[in-house]
Amino acid sequence: MTKRLIAFLLAFSPALALAASGGALQSSQINPNDTASMQRGAALFMNYCAGCHSLGFQRYSRMAEDLGLSEEEVMQNLVFTGANYGEPMLSAMKPEDGEKWFGTAPPDLSLVARAKLGGADWTYTFLKSFYVDESRPSGWNNTVLPGASMPNVLWEMQGVQRPILDGNGQVERLEVASAGTQSQAEFDRTVRDLTNFLNYVAEPSAAKRRSLGVWVILFLSVFTLLAWLLKQEYWKDVH
Amino acid sequence: MSNILVRAANGAADWFNERAPGFMPFYRKHMSEYYAPKNFNIWYIFGILATVVLVNQIVTGIWLTMNYKPSAAEAFASVEYIMRDVEWGWLIRYMHSTGASMFFIVVYLHMFRGLIYGSYQKPRELVWVLGMFIFLALMAEAFFGYVLPWGQMSYWGAQVIINLFGAVPVIGPELTEWIRGDYLVSDATLNRFFALHVIALPLVILLLVALHLFALHEVGSNNPEGIDIKKGPKGNRWSANAPADGVPFHPYYTVKDTFYVGFFLIVCAFILFFEPTLGGLFLEHDNFVEANPLVTPEHIKPVWYFTPYYAMLRAIPDKLLGVATMGGAVIILIFLPWLDRSPVRSIRYRGWLTKLLIAIFVVAFVCLGWLGLQSGSTVQTWAARIFTFYYFAFFITMPIWTRIDATRPVPQRVPEHD
Repeated sequence: MTKRLIAFLLAFSPALALAASGGALQSSQINPNDTASMQRGAALFMNYCAGCHSLGFQRYSRMAEDLGLSEEEVMQNLVFTGANYGEPMLSAMKPEDGEKWFGTAPPDLSLVARAKLGGADWTYTFLKSFYVDESRPSGWNNTVLPGASMPNVLWEMQGVQRPILDGNGQVERLEVASAGTQSQAEFDRTVRDLTNFLNYVAEPSAAKRRSLGVWVILFLSVFTLLAWLLKQEYWKDVH
Repeated sequence: MSNILVRAANGAADWFNERAPGFMPFYRKHMSEYYAPKNFNIWYIFGILATVVLVNQIVTGIWLTMNYKPSAAEAFASVEYIMRDVEWGWLIRYMHSTGASMFFIVVYLHMFRGLIYGSYQKPRELVWVLGMFIFLALMAEAFFGYVLPWGQMSYWGAQVIINLFGAVPVIGPELTEWIRGDYLVSDATLNRFFALHVIALPLVILLLVALHLFALHEVGSNNPEGIDIKKGPKGNRWSANAPADGVPFHPYYTVKDTFYVGFFLIVCAFILFFEPTLGGLFLEHDNFVEANPLVTPEHIKPVWYFTPYYAMLRAIPDKLLGVATMGGAVIILIFLPWLDRSPVRSIRYRGWLTKLLIAIFVVAFVCLGWLGLQSGSTVQTWAARIFTFYYFAFFITMPIWTRIDATRPVPQRVPEHD
């Protein structure tokens, strides 16, 4: 019975996540233990995203601590707004301006990797799914979030994607019309790094959570074994 | 030296007992001389597990309130502050959020144990009814608590649930306004829900849990055989007047429960440390977005433990009727002791009909829970209607099928324990 209970508890979590993503999202294949990848992602974020998007819940100092960066490295290379080391990573753009310029204020991305069905896979696929659409004010559209106000800020690396329509005028798939500075594999890695960073920002304690979890479970296993032996000792003469 | 220590300890104990003469009799009645049947199986651990989770919720809840801000402007950010800046805040928050879902898992299993072993039958009707009041209070407690992180699902879930009261004839609209304290879910709503969540309902739940246990200890525990050990022969190793098939709760069940609690904590730790959102079931994706009264989420749904009832609500096209169905589905459980007319308690001595109907009931309940998580296509709505019909038919026709179903004679003595 107990075995079945555990099997049940463990079984339905991944199955549900799979069903939720609907199969349309690509697997981000991020490695949350790959610090170098997250460092590259942080640099990409500060250069391509932070102009418009804030990470209002993330502090520069916490990022430095978790990603193995020194205060100097962060202050010299990643702070473009004159913020202090201990402050949250806010964009220089005011939300009012964002609303004026894009129609809607660019959202804070602190929790984006947790807020969407599919989690990090959503972020990864979204960033790869921009295509040229002249009917949009920004000139770009996105298959993951149709009608998105955001332009494709990574286009120089990715190149320009054009949609291949099916019989009903729906986007069937995207095709690179003019190549960017990166090959497809290189660009996948770029987006993966960025996703890995955003995934870290969504839950900075995740690494500690997992490493601590191993010890907690080891402790509980020993405790439970001892409790079982004690129970056996007490119950041996109850029939 | 040891002599001095022993004398000091005995002296202190005597001093205490002279001044609190009721303590040792209380301890004996509820612990060392509470004789529980020796044949409890794994279904009998969920009461103690619920107690463990209750303590966890209270302790972690106290620490959460130290940093949580019950205001619409600050609530969401304060939860993220706990997750990021408060030392061990993430652990305390995950213990609380995982605990909330685990509470419902163990309570549902605890109730199911009562169903299959007829634990609510005479003379334990009061134990069951008090337990059902705990369940009601727990549902309210969980609902209020779910609003506090002030995410999108907190906000819109609250909106939907409070609007259900609008279905009440005549006073409906005023009633919803009275509950919210505003024309829409707002700061005032969050403030009062915080008060209800952290003090009002915990007090009610603690009182009911105490009454539930006292009521149980008056009549004694049931067991998987459904045998009344108090009616059986007397005299065991510990007492000449105690039931022969009983063992003292302490130390026998305290050590046994310690083992199961350890096992349960391992399961909890796996979830907490490696999959705290459980794929969006325990913590939902939409609740990582701050509440926004101007943006309705695409798909509003309650947390998984309310979805069986939510599926029933959605299956009924009429609002008032839907609300009545949803409420009725919970209320009808209270009457279980009088719906079951079987001469035996345990499923072990009942016929195939009872076993079959209970098995289908489990399928129906789990399917309703799943359907409540879905967006609700036509097929799904019809499936929910069929399962809702079965849910009510199961209870309403219970007096008939429990009486006509074959039973086997129940032995007088408990066989060897599991």
